[in-house]
Amino acid sequence: MLKTIFKRLLQLIPILFLVSTIIFVITRMIPGDPAATMLGPQAPVDAVEQLREELGLNKSIGEQYLIYLKDIIKGDFGRSYQYGQSVTSLLFERFPNTLLLSIVSLFLALIIGIPIGIISATKHYSIFDYVSMIIALIGVSMPIFWLGLMLVLIFSVNLQWLPSIGMGSLQNGLWDFISHLILPSVALATIPAATFARVTRSSMLDVVKEDYIKSLRSKGIKEKSVIWKHALKNALPPIVTVIGLQTSSLLSGAILTETIFSWPGLGRLIVDAIQNRDYMLIQGAVLLIAFIFVFINLIVDITYLYINPKINYDGKGGDK
Amino acid sequence: MNTVDLKDKDKLFLTEKKANSPWSKLKRNKTAMIGLFIVIIMTLLALFSPVFAPHDPNQMNLSKVHLKPGVEGFIFGTDDVGRDILSRIIYGARISMIVAIGGTLVGGIIGVLLGLISGYSGGTIDSIIMRLMDAMFAFPFVLLAIVLMTVLGNGLRNVILAIGIANIPGYARITRGQVHVVKNEEYCNAIRVLGASNTRLLLNHILPNILSPIIVYATLSIAGAIISEAALSFLGLGISPPTASWGNILRGGKDFLNTYPHVATISGLFILITVLGFNLLGDGIRDVLDPKMKR
Amino acid sequence: MKEKLLDVKDLKTYFYLSSGIVKAVDGVSFTLEKGQTMGIVGESGSGKSVTASSITRLISKPIGKIVNGEVLFEGKDILKMSNKELLSIRGKDISMIFQDPMTSLDPVYRIGEQMIEVILTHQKISKQEAKRIAIDALINVGISDAEDRFNSYPHEFSGGMRQRVMIAMSLVGDLKLIIADEPTTALDVTVQAKVLELLKDVQKKTNTSILMITHNLGVVWDMCDTVMVMYAGKTVEYAKVKELYKNPLHPYTWGLLDSMPKLSQDSNKPLITIEGSPPDLRLTGNFCNFHYRCPYVQDICRTKMPELIEVDEGHFVSCHFQTRENTLERKEV
Repeated sequence: MLKTIFKRLLQLIPILFLVSTIIFVITRMIPGDPAATMLGPQAPVDAVEQLREELGLNKSIGEQYLIYLKDIIKGDFGRSYQYGQSVTSLLFERFPNTLLLSIVSLFLALIIGIPIGIISATKHYSIFDYVSMIIALIGVSMPIFWLGLMLVLIFSVNLQWLPSIGMGSLQNGLWDFISHLILPSVALATIPAATFARVTRSSMLDVVKEDYIKSLRSKGIKEKSVIWKHALKNALPPIVTVIGLQTSSLLSGAILTETIFSWPGLGRLIVDAIQNRDYMLIQGAVLLIAFIFVFINLIVDITYLYINPKINYDGKGGDK
Repeated sequence: MNTVDLKDKDKLFLTEKKANSPWSKLKRNKTAMIGLFIVIIMTLLALFSPVFAPHDPNQMNLSKVHLKPGVEGFIFGTDDVGRDILSRIIYGARISMIVAIGGTLVGGIIGVLLGLISGYSGGTIDSIIMRLMDAMFAFPFVLLAIVLMTVLGNGLRNVILAIGIANIPGYARITRGQVHVVKNEEYCNAIRVLGASNTRLLLNHILPNILSPIIVYATLSIAGAIISEAALSFLGLGISPPTASWGNILRGGKDFLNTYPHVATISGLFILITVLGFNLLGDGIRDVLDPKMKR
Repeated sequence: MKEKLLDVKDLKTYFYLSSGIVKAVDGVSFTLEKGQTMGIVGESGSGKSVTASSITRLISKPIGKIVNGEVLFEGKDILKMSNKELLSIRGKDISMIFQDPMTSLDPVYRIGEQMIEVILTHQKISKQEAKRIAIDALINVGISDAEDRFNSYPHEFSGGMRQRVMIAMSLVGDLKLIIADEPTTALDVTVQAKVLELLKDVQKKTNTSILMITHNLGVVWDMCDTVMVMYAGKTVEYAKVKELYKNPLHPYTWGLLDSMPKLSQDSNKPLITIEGSPPDLRLTGNFCNFHYRCPYVQDICRTKMPELIEVDEGHFVSCHFQTRENTLERKEV
């Protein structure tokens, strides 16, 4: 098992390298001169020239690329002109906020979506099944930026129950913290919850047809154990796959959700950076998100090894 | 009594045969038909926007700003510069459909070709293409589209390109996986032995056999493209205003959410319904063509 | 007279599909005595497996439904039992062994865990004691390194070994009846014999009854005391094995017998088959279900359903031409 994990880690290297290269190419292709943008339209020509030199923009593309790679390994992403601080520190400041929002949303999605999927499968063809699957289908079709606005309209504007923008602080009490978290995380959790419900249901429906489920029932095992212990564990692989996919998509969703709710996270940072052509920040933030993305996929692969003993290659030899 | 059995039996076989064609199976799927209905309505709106739209979508009228739905014959009301929202929605359908179909075509054609080449040739070419796809997959979809839009600049053509490019790796992967399944089957070997060229084998024999999952994926990715266009425009990185697109209308409505919520509400509802329509249809097509395929 | 263990009366299990009602089991009755083995023979789709599943009510709801009948197990009707009662006899008094041992164990749990779960479901004992019982059972079915294999996953066993594990799982309760649904069909021929031997062995030690579902008449000759031949959800012939071997009466049974490969058979001679395929079970009516394929068919077969008649003591057959008064001449093939 460790060997497999190690092998997967090794496979990451070329991907991360390629990702870095793509980002380098793309950010160089963004129209406009970073130095001129940073200094503004009124800046004197020689000041721009000087900044170009500082940023290394006067060097050849090849040299720039090598420096870029070296800086990545050092964890140095340059300075954000918009915020006037190092990109690395800015990312470290914002990342926990995105992480918080994503984890809360994922958790919400899991505890809502998976049980609904399981119950729908066990009550196949029932009213509960129909209604929850219709809701789930609407859920996966939801434009979450619109859902976010609607939540604000209902709960902030009309009912005035919850704040619509920003992030709360624990210093202002637990409610301040939680109340700011509710709307963004509900918006962000909608698509994953609906997807989990759908996939869990279809995977469970496949599994409960299997012989071993009938076999377990024939042994007098209680239905609760048959479904929640045996069927669920067997139904997990596709569910884990979509959990992985949705965890990755959470980052996409976070970009939109954070914009709507003015949540001070990575997503909003990127949108800001793009709107203000903050090149170094774009580069650093995109790189960080891509790396996170790749690591999430790795974790999914490793989880597979755990839930499916058949992939466990170094198991004891059977008498096959 | 005497004749009942055989005739009934034959009838049953006949109806079963007829009932097994993909189309009649789809027809029996009620939710898929609802989806198809929505898709047809939206397509008609897109094709004949000038016929259906009661007003010029870009005609401003500062004396009729922010009318509520239904007031003065504006069914969906007007926006902050007095444009008729219904007309803008209808023209927005056109943008959404163009982007959805264009983006799906761009991503689909390039992705399927890459997948075919990669899956069929194997070896180094396969590795290179697939690592590149892995790397593209390392970007969240919206992020990739946003970054591409930053490079390309706003506008309809670029939205299509950005969404298309962001869609490539998905198509490439699914195609490659299917090619792997099909390529070693007997009939492929037979055709190869008969001396067909690789290109002919790929396009005439392998592609038709792996089309079902690709069609299913395409239907569902159209839904994704519609949301993506709206998201990009909503972030101000998509279709440039004042062109009417659902994302733009929503973006415009966002600033007046407190006072005139109808602008944002209506445009978002249209996005939701259309995406729902494609998803319903896509689910139905998947059940018919490829019941085993999982998402 | 021996003691009745299982008494099935007029069992009907239907499946309600959108395309019609499938009468998978349509009025089947039989009895099984203590320590005896009964075979149910038939082609796939004849309703034999559904009969087996109906006995412990393992019919997938809401499509399948037992619509009529009684299943008296030690005098108590299983079909009227509460869920709790039902669960308490499943796996304890009645144990099922399924066709494909490759798929009848949960692939993601170690076999030890699965056995312990079954034991703890029926007995209030400690985990340690349960483990002891489980390992004993594994040793009993001839798994020598039971302690080690206890911690293996199902995929680490061969098909025959898995079927042994399934049998071992049956032994942990207070076993009275084994329902074996084609227990050897998916196994190699050499392994088949060993598994059947093991079942016989278990039966001898514990005096259990066995209900053997099979399409293989060879297994019936080898294992069973009585046999029921099913076709299209109905019993066509039901007799003691010796009687059926000596004096089979139903044309379908003849077909089954003729299609058995014989050792003495000239290898150049093609195997004999029963022409046609089993009927669509949605289309049953007032006629003999076998008439589509019966070489002896006459008009009455298409217009009247034959009744199951006791033509000899304990020998039942359902054919218009096999009654106490009439007999049908079996053609040579």
